[in-house]
Amino acid sequence: MVVDGHTSPAPDRLWRNPEPKSNYDVVIVGAGGHGLATAYYLARNHGVTDIAVLERGWLAGGNMARNTTIIRSNYLLDASAALYDHALRLWEELPEELDHEFQFSQCGVLNLAHTEQEARDARRRAFANELNGVDAEWLTPDEIAEVCPILDTSPRLRYPVLGATYQRRAGVAKHDLVAWALARKCDEMGVDFIQNCEVTGFVTAGDRVTGVHTNRGTIGAGRVGLAAAGRTSVLTDTLGISLPLQSHPLQAMASEILEPVHPCVVMSNHVHVYTSQAHKGELVLGAGIDTHNGYAQRGSVHVIENQLAAAVELFPIFGRAHLLRTWAGTVDVTPDASPIIGPTPYENLFVNCGWGTGGFKATPGAGWVFAHTIATGAPHPLNEPYGMERFTSGALIDEHGAAAVAH
Amino acid sequence: MLLIRCPWCGDRDEVEFRYGGQADVAYPTDPHELDDTEWGNFLFVRANPMGALTERWVHTAGCRRWFSVVRDTATNEMTPDIPQRRESR
Repeated sequence: MVVDGHTSPAPDRLWRNPEPKSNYDVVIVGAGGHGLATAYYLARNHGVTDIAVLERGWLAGGNMARNTTIIRSNYLLDASAALYDHALRLWEELPEELDHEFQFSQCGVLNLAHTEQEARDARRRAFANELNGVDAEWLTPDEIAEVCPILDTSPRLRYPVLGATYQRRAGVAKHDLVAWALARKCDEMGVDFIQNCEVTGFVTAGDRVTGVHTNRGTIGAGRVGLAAAGRTSVLTDTLGISLPLQSHPLQAMASEILEPVHPCVVMSNHVHVYTSQAHKGELVLGAGIDTHNGYAQRGSVHVIENQLAAAVELFPIFGRAHLLRTWAGTVDVTPDASPIIGPTPYENLFVNCGWGTGGFKATPGAGWVFAHTIATGAPHPLNEPYGMERFTSGALIDEHGAAAVAH
Repeated sequence: MLLIRCPWCGDRDEVEFRYGGQADVAYPTDPHELDDTEWGNFLFVRANPMGALTERWVHTAGCRRWFSVVRDTATNEMTPDIPQRRESR
């Protein structure tokens, strides 16, 4: 760690705050979780360290600061299970590797089923998980009550809990600490984080991008990786690249700090709410996107009302909790609810986008495959199915609903 | 919460409406002439601007008619773009 011992008694810095150089081997746009993980694995796996990560605000201040911290890999389709479970395996080794505590807790995730059809779909997903080597169990209401006693599993609910899938290896991690742990390691390996540096356009020469225009001047780039979440299509529009993305507000919220009552993560697709309890004690809740497009980082109140109604129905003891904060991020959603990770029509420009509501859980896995794609110029086997050409070929990775949360 | 002006019913709360996405997406005039890329773009690619977007809403809890408005996606400011022709129900 770099200590600024001459001028300030400030605590140790986790990363430097350098002036941008005129040129880098790799420029990554977006210092959120995915941008940080990409820089980390570029340096660690591929020996690329002449990297600038450009961030229009402050490091990890976008969706990384706004997510609900849930990590799981219980996806239905082979391509999804492979990508998300790769991420989960990386999560399991990262605390030691980064040598920085980020409160990764494998407390388990329950995905509730409230209708007969949902129960059939959930069991099918659990079987698919087992075939893909992802841990999965089907629990009856009595077994759910043992895992999460505060959940109302009685038949009196409007939509009673008929069962749930349970992934024990799933859990949560403290998002800010994850970002800081990655940033510290990247900084040690020589990566420059340039904050308050908004990319406004690209310098091109033929079918190559040779640099990025920013509010801090033009920065040359050998290769460029976009990890700008909801703003990706604003950037690609300037190059005439048509990405099938729609940016929506996604809201989340936290209660006052309570004693530990909630032992795991509970997600419900049908009544649509998901909840967990942070280490500090807040109940953290989320649900789906607002229907309309929006970049305002602000959603509509009725969306919050609906998910709180669902939460209080499922968890009667939440009825007396005070809601302390609500907020929204801007998420980029694709037509098949799966990300786009791969090359673009510009030879040295690569995109990692379209994660919709589910990007945080993928952070290390996305960084791993995106770093591979940028370093080698070709996708890693895990992100080969995730190219933008699938919207031409029709080989979609349709994870609507099967992703265990509605979009 | 958006306050949306239905051209027929006036200002109403967002919960009375459903969203229909980008307006004025025309069906291809000669579908047989489209190659796979053009079909993919027609099916999957829609405008996603940070700024003015002309979009469709339907007043599901009211007159049930479709209409277009121009909304700034960064500020949510809406300008009613009252259609000249009779809209489909």
